[in-house]
Amino acid sequence: MARLASSRWSIVLGLAIVIAALPFLFPSNYYFRVAAIVNIFALAVVGLNLLMGYAGQVSLGHAGFMGIGAYSVAIGSAHFKLHGLLAMLIGAALAGLVAFLVGRPILRLKGHYLAVATLGFGLLISMALANEAAWTGGPDGMGVPRLEILGYRLRGPDTWYYISGGALLIGVILALNLIESPTGRAMRAIHDSEIASRVAGIDVAAYKLRIFVLSAIYASVAGSLMAFLNGHITPDGTAGFLRSVELVTMVVLGGMGSVVGAIVGAAVLVILPQALTIFHDYEHLMLGLIIMVSMILLPRGIVPSLLARLRGGGA
Amino acid sequence: MAYPSWFSRRVILAAGASAMAIAAAPAFAQGEIKLGAVLSVTGPASFLGDPEKRTLEMVVDDVNAKGGILGRKVRLIVYDDAGDPNAARTFATRLLEEDKVTAMVGGSTTGTTMAMIPAFEDAQVPFISLAGAVQIIQPVKKWVFKTPHTDTMACEKIFEDMKKRNTTKIGMIAGTDGFGKSMRDECVKVAGKYGIEILHEESYGPRDTDMTPQLTNIKNKAGVQAVINPGFGQGPAIVTRNFKQLAINVPLYQSHGVASKQFIGLAGDAAEGVRLPAAALLVADKLPDSDPQKKVVVEYSKAYTTRTGQPVSTFGGHAYDGFMIWKEAVERAKTDNAAKVRDEIEKTKGYIGTGGIVNMSPTDHMGLDLSAFKMLEIRNGDWTIVQ
Amino acid sequence: MPELLQFAFSGLTVGAVYALVALGFTLIYNASDVVNFAQGEFVMLGGMVTVFLHLAGVPLPIAAALAIFATVLVGLALYAFAIDPARGSSAVTVIIITIGASIFLRGVAQVIFDKRFHALPHWFGSEPIRFGGAAILPQSLVVLAGAAIIVALIFVIIDRTILGRAILATAANRLAARLVGIPVRKIVALSFALSAAIGAVAGILVTPITLTSYDVGTLLALKGFAAAMLGGMGSAVGAVVGGILLGLAESFGAGLISSKYKDAIAFLIILATLFLRPQGLFGKKSVERV
Repeated sequence: MARLASSRWSIVLGLAIVIAALPFLFPSNYYFRVAAIVNIFALAVVGLNLLMGYAGQVSLGHAGFMGIGAYSVAIGSAHFKLHGLLAMLIGAALAGLVAFLVGRPILRLKGHYLAVATLGFGLLISMALANEAAWTGGPDGMGVPRLEILGYRLRGPDTWYYISGGALLIGVILALNLIESPTGRAMRAIHDSEIASRVAGIDVAAYKLRIFVLSAIYASVAGSLMAFLNGHITPDGTAGFLRSVELVTMVVLGGMGSVVGAIVGAAVLVILPQALTIFHDYEHLMLGLIIMVSMILLPRGIVPSLLARLRGGGA
Repeated sequence: MAYPSWFSRRVILAAGASAMAIAAAPAFAQGEIKLGAVLSVTGPASFLGDPEKRTLEMVVDDVNAKGGILGRKVRLIVYDDAGDPNAARTFATRLLEEDKVTAMVGGSTTGTTMAMIPAFEDAQVPFISLAGAVQIIQPVKKWVFKTPHTDTMACEKIFEDMKKRNTTKIGMIAGTDGFGKSMRDECVKVAGKYGIEILHEESYGPRDTDMTPQLTNIKNKAGVQAVINPGFGQGPAIVTRNFKQLAINVPLYQSHGVASKQFIGLAGDAAEGVRLPAAALLVADKLPDSDPQKKVVVEYSKAYTTRTGQPVSTFGGHAYDGFMIWKEAVERAKTDNAAKVRDEIEKTKGYIGTGGIVNMSPTDHMGLDLSAFKMLEIRNGDWTIVQ
Repeated sequence: MPELLQFAFSGLTVGAVYALVALGFTLIYNASDVVNFAQGEFVMLGGMVTVFLHLAGVPLPIAAALAIFATVLVGLALYAFAIDPARGSSAVTVIIITIGASIFLRGVAQVIFDKRFHALPHWFGSEPIRFGGAAILPQSLVVLAGAAIIVALIFVIIDRTILGRAILATAANRLAARLVGIPVRKIVALSFALSAAIGAVAGILVTPITLTSYDVGTLLALKGFAAAMLGGMGSAVGAVVGGILLGLAESFGAGLISSKYKDAIAFLIILATLFLRPQGLFGKKSVERV
């Protein structure tokens, strides 16, 4: 059981099967849309999880990178008439570049100081998006032209489910390979003890920066996909502080340091509000309660804690 | 036009509804008419979504107690997007795909409305928005309508009043939220038309608690003859209080975004002399009996206050108008078929609502003109109509 | 320069609230290493409970006292039912629990109160005091005086009482504190109660000026957290100075540079400070034990 879960190709295969099989259970486009959003958030969370779970760095401004991805697509296609895919690539490059530039000074900070610095960074991005209305449409947001590939307009939630599912799969494969690579081992060493890794000759700053850039690119691509799926984006909806908190919560809830956990965390937090509508006015109360109770009962996150129990029970 | 009276309370509803349902039995065979509403019931725009939700629930209860529409019961399905456009879009899809609504009255903010429009255009289901910005209906979208006045109209109404008072040079302080920003842009656009020059501009965040630095700068700007504050929520109340604190001696204009008695309560005596454009709903009891809107606004505000124990706001009124326009369209179409109802909504003529008299057309999906706005001034803690 | 004086008073008033929230963060953090993101909800509860008791006819001073009491109970419950059961979990896990708690408390508040904004009467009238060309609300002085008294009390408790010694010992080394017989869990519970009380008092003092509603807590937690970091996590002096500085940065930023980007200016100052002093203004340089 444990070996199965940790073997990287079985994870990829399992995920591919789930993504391919789920549509047979979907009675309507609404399910495709919710699942597409799960995919998109999962992609961003897999990236953030590399940073938090493996490199041990918290980012409270990660939605800022989603914002860069989303607005690159919107501004690129609306103002510069770029093809959506090209705009998405430019967005990813831009997010990576921004992460590279701010990463050096920011990543020197530790723990909560890093958290507040990234928080400030995310806030700057969402403020810029809200204030520069000539480019971004301001706080009410802007429309995103539908993506056209070979004369075919991609619009339905089902189409975007498969596209985002594919993107998530690629993101997961990259993440798993990275974790198993020498870089991954170095990252885990950094997570366990920075000083020890430095003594062991690991260039800690360079590794952290690399992961920060990579996780920014994940978030940016997720943001671009979100823009395509929705056709309309706003600063708060893509880059806001609460969005950043949501991403961090997904990582921790699912389980830090677990790629499957990242996906589960995203799925739970996207689907919960849909399920909780039956509680009407008590929706938020229930959401808060569920988050608290699950973190108390499963302190290492849903996936790692349950796996540990399964192992304990199976042995 | 038959307007419901809500003196029937919930108790009567519970007992009476089933009896009336039986009375209207034959048509009920067709099942319920499903009406969707995605509203910002919580979150930063909850002061819009909350009264909207309460209003819709109230009118739907009342209509059902009276036998429904075309003899069919109305089922209202409300989702709370908490002000998040992404969530709004998901709930819109849910209404269309899962709940199979045949119309929607909702969309509390411009941001959530714009996010939901593509879903309703794709599904070809009529969508009556309750948000302000003019971009919702310009350019005209086939399936999208709205009930509130646009922010452009609010600016025009204010500038008209300024012109009467020979004011030409003004300062502006706007909220950076969607509402404030959008109205600010519209005001800047139309200022020239009225010969108004904006000498100084400031802004504040939606949750700011002190605007004295910004207002000090406006005060120190020579030549400012009046100040205009596009914004909604608690911001305008704090601006008004700070305005008095700094003893700025020029007229202050608020927007239609503060259109509830609550504003006067929050701003206190600082609100004395403040002017704003608003719908007749706020001054229901002060309208002359000859006013065509008198009956509807008095009945709505009485019913709302009795049922919720809260002061009436024009936001709830927008939801009331949205529901009634939809209801009458369904009655005229004699079906809840989305396409036919859409055509009938577009043909709405002479509907007398809380926001004004609505005359829609294929090129105007709102149907209100400047006469829908009244210029109000706050005197002795109450609204008065400026003639 | 009357406008500078006006900016300064605006910044001090807003900053005093940030300082109290930051102080609440610091107290809990020192005792338990927990960053409590539900701190802003304490401020909300202080204001909202007072408002609703007052509306129900309870005289203001009694309403305020009851509000503080209720908030302290909430603080203790938060510790007993959410934080204590999770002891031993990683810091991030506990942070997420407090975020869940903040969503929960907001959810409860929207059900038992309402979703509208509310005000409380000014204690000494709303007629501003004109001073050097600036106009200052008497309530601002109440907020400043109240904050000063709270800060002084906290420092006296920590510096001069056995209880304070126990808190300091717990902050320095929890295991060692337990070994010398300090009831560590009681001390941590006490820190939650104190934090809740500080938050509630802040809410009560400031509601006449800033108004309150069920969801004012989120932004206050964000600003208070930033202020605590600017001052240096774990430093009570730092929390107070950080809060005041943040308030001043916002008001002078809005008044002198750009009101559109005033929050950005405040955060740029925080970022710049942290780049120069990664441990905050008053924080101790941490040494990682290998």
